[in-house]
This record gives sequence, C-alpha cells and structure tokens, in this order.
Amino acid sequence: MAKYLLLKHYRGAPEPMNGIPMDQWTPDEVEAHIQFMRDFADRLEGTGEIVDGQALSPEGVWVRYDGEGRPPVTDGPFAETKDLIAGWFVIDVDSYERAIELAGELSAAPGAGGKPIHEWLEVRPFLAAPPTVTE
Amino acid sequence: MDGVGLRELAPQVLSVLVRRGADFATAEDAVQEALIRAVAAWDEALPSDPKGWLITVAWRAFIDMTRSDVARRNREVRFDTEPPTGEVSSADETLRLYFLCAHPELSPSSAVALTLRAVGGLTTRQIAQAYLVPESTMAQRISRAKRTVGRSGLDRVGDVRTVMRVLYLIFNEGYSGDVDLAAEAIRLTRQLAASVDDAEAHGLLALMLLHHARRRSRTGPDGRIVPLADQDRRLWDRALIAEGVAIVQAALARDRLGEYQAQAAIAALHADATSVEDTDWVQIVEWYDELLQFADTPIVRLNRAVAVGEADGARAGLAALAQVDEHIPRRDAVAAHLHEKNGDLELAARLHADAARNAPNVAERDHQMRQAARLNEVLRHRR
Repeated sequence: MAKYLLLKHYRGAPEPMNGIPMDQWTPDEVEAHIQFMRDFADRLEGTGEIVDGQALSPEGVWVRYDGEGRPPVTDGPFAETKDLIAGWFVIDVDSYERAIELAGELSAAPGAGGKPIHEWLEVRPFLAAPPTVTE
Repeated sequence: MDGVGLRELAPQVLSVLVRRGADFATAEDAVQEALIRAVAAWDEALPSDPKGWLITVAWRAFIDMTRSDVARRNREVRFDTEPPTGEVSSADETLRLYFLCAHPELSPSSAVALTLRAVGGLTTRQIAQAYLVPESTMAQRISRAKRTVGRSGLDRVGDVRTVMRVLYLIFNEGYSGDVDLAAEAIRLTRQLAASVDDAEAHGLLALMLLHHARRRSRTGPDGRIVPLADQDRRLWDRALIAEGVAIVQAALARDRLGEYQAQAAIAALHADATSVEDTDWVQIVEWYDELLQFADTPIVRLNRAVAVGEADGARAGLAALAQVDEHIPRRDAVAAHLHEKNGDLELAARLHADAARNAPNVAERDHQMRQAARLNEVLRHRR
C-alpha cells in the first residue's frame, strides 16, 4: 500500500525509441493512443489502484511573491526550461514492483506506426505517513 | 449503543446471512446497508435485541439486492456453502470471516480493505479516507477482493498467520481520517486472540498495546517525530503497558516463541524503563537475536544495530550496522545517530542530510533535516 506518481514529460525525459512527435502520426494512430490511455485508466479503476490521473497544458508561468501589498510577479514561460511535465497518474499499489510493472505497461502506449513509443516515464514514490512501529 | 458496539455485531450478522445461504459478496453489502440504517434508526430508540434487528434488516436488504438488476450482475460469484449443522458459536463465526478476508490469493491491500469492511464493519468511505484514495477506488478494491475470495472458494481460506499479518498492517500503516485504525486493529486483534489458542496472537496483541501506550509521546503537537530518547514518559499509558506486559509474559510462558512475541518483549523492555539510560539494552539485543531466528530482515538487523550501539557502545553499533544492507530506508539515519555518538559530527551531519533526502515520509524527512541543521550549527560554533 504505497502511492506512486507516474510522470509523463513533454521535455526532459530521455529520448524514446519511437520518438516521432504526435503531430506527425496518422489520425488513426492518434486515436489509438488516446484510446490506450483511456483503457489504462479504466483498468486501474477496475483493479482499485487508481488515485488520480491528470494531463497538464505545456504552457505555464512562473510566479513569486514580491513583497507586502504588491501583486505577485509572473514570468515566463521559459522556452529553455529543461523539464516539462505533461501529466501523471497517481496509483496506490501493493509494491514498488507493481508500480514499475504498471509504468512499463503505460510506456507501451502506441505511437507512430501503431508501435509502442517506449516512452520513458518517471516513477516517484510519495512521502507517506510514518509507520507506528519503528523499533 | 455506540459505533463500535454496533460494528462488533457486523461479522456475526454477516455469518448468519451466509449460513442462511446468502452469497458472501451480496450478504456483505446487505450488512453494510443494515449498519447504515441502524445508525439513523437507533439514534431515536435502541431496539431490545440489536443483533436480531440487524439480522432482520440485513436479510431484507439482501432479498432486495438479489432482486435488483445491479445485484444480479454482481452476483456472478456464489458461495457454495453448506449451512453448517448444529450450533456455531459467534466466536467461531467471526474467526471464519477473519480467515476468509485473509485469503492467500488476496494482495495485502485487498485483504486489509476486506477485513476492515466485513469484520470491522467500517464503511467504504471510512476505509478510503484512512488510506487516502478515492471512495470509488476503494469500492472497486473491495468488490474485486470479494470476487477473488468467491472464485477461489472457501477451501483455501487463510490461516491465523495471514490474519495476523493483515492486522499488523492495519495497525502499522494507519493514516488520519475519522477512524482510528490503530485502535481498530487492537479491537480486531483482541477478538482474534480470544478465539484462537495461539501464543503469537497474544504476542501481536501485546505488541500493539505496548506501542499504542506510547503514542501520545511519539509526536509533538505539530506532528513532529519525538525520538524515544526525548519522549516524555509521563505521557505513556501505564494501564495499557501493564496489560501489554501481562499478556506477553503469559504468552512467553507457553514456550511457543514467535516474531510477534519477540517484538512485544522488546517493546515491554522499553516500556519498563524510566529513561533511555535506564533501559536494559543488553536484554533488548538478546531479544533481537531471538527475533532474527524468525524474521531475518534488514529492518530487524538495523534496529538491532541501534540496540547494540546502546548496549556496547557506538563502535560496536557501527560494526553491527556494517552487516546491514546499504539500501534500506532509515539506514543513513541510524548511521548518523551512531557516528554522532562516536564523536564524528561532520559525518553524522552529512548522513542526516542524506537520510532526509531518502526519507520515506514527511515527518521523518523533517526530523532528519532538523538533526542535520542542529549538528551543522554545533560545527559552525566550533570553527
């Protein structure tokens, strides 16, 4: 029983094997990809392992506090930002191995030519509540 | 009758329904329905026979559910249970449910969820809150678990070992929410220990009571971790400690040692001491050696290294630590503690910072970061 974040990156992940950008795929290939993602989420719902799944717009801004009584400062987006998150699944699973297994399945989402993208996904454990017994 | 009293009847009512021939999955839903109705109805007037009331209402709910289409779809799995002949005590019935919910084909999280609902009588919403997942996810987990149990049949139910593992998990990994999972685990373990002749079940109960007794001192008001050495021992619940000690002593006297009794013995030695210095660390190390016979895990070896450090000094502790797998959580934290004890503050500070980076939870991360900052401040003043 541990939660993991499966992170999809627009940028910043290592190059996938089948890395042709989505806008170069055929419409059918795009459909197949979207359907795969939907099925993946449905399946996790069925197994009682999903917590959340969201996609993010690539466009974001940086915001910071600018002192008492002043509006926050916004800046960006910065084209040079290396790491750009595309979306995530939060899963609640029995083991690290299960998290890796699911990420592996998600990475098989079809891309150009209907072939798996082999996209690199980042798996990050949540910091949970401390256990009761520690000694 | 309070919520717990009501929930204590849940497994008994469920057993009656199953004995009358109801399939487990639907019967379990029907009992939930009856419990929810009881909360509303009993507020006004408590029935003279609460259990009878629940059985009647649950049975009616079961009949309604079997008639509805939804249930028909969900009812693909039927329990082929022969209604047992003769008298069955409610303790036996409850025990049977425990074994069912700890079915060997269930994953730990599924067994935990099913136990909390079918034996504990908690609602899906309460269980979902306790494990911080959406209610729909928990509902799926539970109905899937029920299907698994149904498919695999009753001939391969779990045994007292698997039940104890489930209860230990409930005790050890409770989150916040409106249900106190640690207290719930204790209640269920009490029930288990009363219905089986097993020294380990008593060991587990004692272990839980002894840890539960210290809970008010384990965290500060802001949720921060208070390490054993700094805990205000006046906050320890002496009545729970006395009960836990008595239970583990009686269990040990039966000469059927197991991992829970060994862990309870260690907890009892801590509970017995008025301070860290006053603790019988030599005996604690001996108990860790016993524990290793039953559960030779890196965690046990890690905790043993801490005890060795107290019993025989920091260098001995570090030597024991050298035998522990490098990649387990909290190893850096223990190493930091031992190196500080050994006088190497710089290394200790660095290890605390590493421990913070690799901490498995926020409370531990903050604690390690505070330790690193404390040592670094000392070091700055020395320069």
